[in-house]
Amino acid sequence: MSWLLVFPIAVPFVTAVLAYLVRMSFWGRWVSLAGSVVTLIAAIALTVAVLREGVVAAQMSNWDAPFGITLVADYLGVVMVLITAITGLATAIYALGEIEVRLEKLGYHALFQTLIAGVSGAFLTGDLFNLYVWFEVMLIASFGLLVLGGSRAQLDAGLKYVALNLVSTLVFLSGIGLLYGLTGTLNMADLAGAVAEVENQGLVTVIAMMFMFGFGVKAAIFPLFFWLPASYHTPSFAVSAVFAGLLTKVGVYALMRMFTLVFVGDVGFTHEILIWVSAATMLTGVLGAAAQTDFRKILSFHIISQIGYMTLGLALYTPLALMGGVFYLVHHIIVKANLFLVSGVANKLAGHTDLNRIGGLYKSSPVLAALFIVPAFSLAGFPPLSGFWAKYLIVKAAIEIDAWFIAFIALLVGLLTIFSMTKIWGMAFWKPHPDGIDPTPDRVPTRIRLPMMIPIVGLAAMTVVIGFFPEPFVVFAEIAALQLLDPEAYVTTVLGERP
Amino acid sequence: MESLTALLIGVLVAASVYLMLARNFLRFLFGLILLSNAANLVIFASGRMTMGAPALVPYGADAPVGVVGNALPQALVLTAIVIGFGLLAFTLALAFEAYRRLRTLDTDDMDDAEPKEEPAK
Repeated sequence: MSWLLVFPIAVPFVTAVLAYLVRMSFWGRWVSLAGSVVTLIAAIALTVAVLREGVVAAQMSNWDAPFGITLVADYLGVVMVLITAITGLATAIYALGEIEVRLEKLGYHALFQTLIAGVSGAFLTGDLFNLYVWFEVMLIASFGLLVLGGSRAQLDAGLKYVALNLVSTLVFLSGIGLLYGLTGTLNMADLAGAVAEVENQGLVTVIAMMFMFGFGVKAAIFPLFFWLPASYHTPSFAVSAVFAGLLTKVGVYALMRMFTLVFVGDVGFTHEILIWVSAATMLTGVLGAAAQTDFRKILSFHIISQIGYMTLGLALYTPLALMGGVFYLVHHIIVKANLFLVSGVANKLAGHTDLNRIGGLYKSSPVLAALFIVPAFSLAGFPPLSGFWAKYLIVKAAIEIDAWFIAFIALLVGLLTIFSMTKIWGMAFWKPHPDGIDPTPDRVPTRIRLPMMIPIVGLAAMTVVIGFFPEPFVVFAEIAALQLLDPEAYVTTVLGERP
Repeated sequence: MESLTALLIGVLVAASVYLMLARNFLRFLFGLILLSNAANLVIFASGRMTMGAPALVPYGADAPVGVVGNALPQALVLTAIVIGFGLLAFTLALAFEAYRRLRTLDTDDMDDAEPKEEPAK
């Protein structure tokens, strides 16, 4: 059995316990940072193993699949774990500057590491009920992080976030129950074969829709996204960055996994729904953003619109489209987390996130302006940044199967994204500060400014690298897509060779 | 037995949806609790019900003898109950804190995170 699969989950958990024990001293943050570095090393080691072997699986406690809990990493799973570790490290560094001692004493670092463990677990598990458990681990940690600090806005946002996410979880749980009743197994690889043999395929489609609803709420697709813009602008910036980067993507990942591995009996129905849902998601998200004037609210709505591209990659269900979807996932996590980190620095310098009340950032901090431009234009899909390749793949896949209308919407949304990004640019960076303040970097002491800037530079550099050298990433995404469309290797690795 | 459980699940879901449509967050939360129990019953029932045949291994044997109840759904339900209890307890505490700070549980009046826009003049 491969221990490599355990570490990306176990390391953050151990770190969480340690960080909780020392939360009253200044050691907490350093424990958290060290844990994030070790998690990243573990994720890289796992990536190397997957690159060598294709799919890696391990049976927990040596209970053979499908009876025990399986951990499994294919190309898609491992790249998500890797990017989770990278985002985790970036926000852990950022937290050194941003998170106040008051929040640290309340256990910020422990909750943060638990969240990372939950997210990694969701990406690595090969068991449906176990996936539910990881969702819950992730949820309870995110609840804590969201309301940590306890401002009125946070409590208000927390209630909405908690309520809608719990409903989705319960629908997901009922779906698991029904699917188990139908097939008698919970192992995802085993389900792939078992679901095809079910006589009552109509019932399978009903269950598929329950899963689409459950994961859809987590992924914030139309019309299930309302919790997201209600809550993501309230917690600390490090928290909202890691939420924006990772949480909705777990929903997208789960959709990709279930609707390529298990629910493929009636693609004409389920994936057709997903196509139109994706189109509506892209449009409503970007239009919602156009109406906002708060830095983080604009970004929150853009998460929704970008989710549409990823689910579209799944919904079109061709190798090229899925490849685009996987590429988009990776690109988006880096870019979106980075934009939220930038908004945090803008808040520190200019004093607010409401675009009407800030300004003058370009003049006083050109470095920050340059670092905003990279992810912002990557988000909108400007060549040669990473977003261009991601959008290019998706749009090309749509045109290839003559889905002209969808391709048109995808391009239109890209255009509207530029509108929002230039709005932030114009109001936060170009126009002078309305209160006549000069938001120079000196307003923030170096020991806070430095840890906040390092992750932004790092993530922006990654965006540029993916943009200029997309070849290896595209090849990687292609293999991931092929593995999704032909789960033969996944199934045999998990279940072992069948006679 | 299964049809009776199915009926019970239906009643629970109906009641929970009715409660969740209310504006008061506390009523919503009660609806959520009912829905959580309904979901647990779904798992329990989908494992097929067997009357009076506990999944116990007789002394000296390696495996249970004859037809026994399916133990797995019970393990799953147990897990789900524990997790659900934790989440709902958290939600209740959150609702209490929200009431203490916001002085309301009417979701229409909760607009601290998303302030109502001033009407255009």
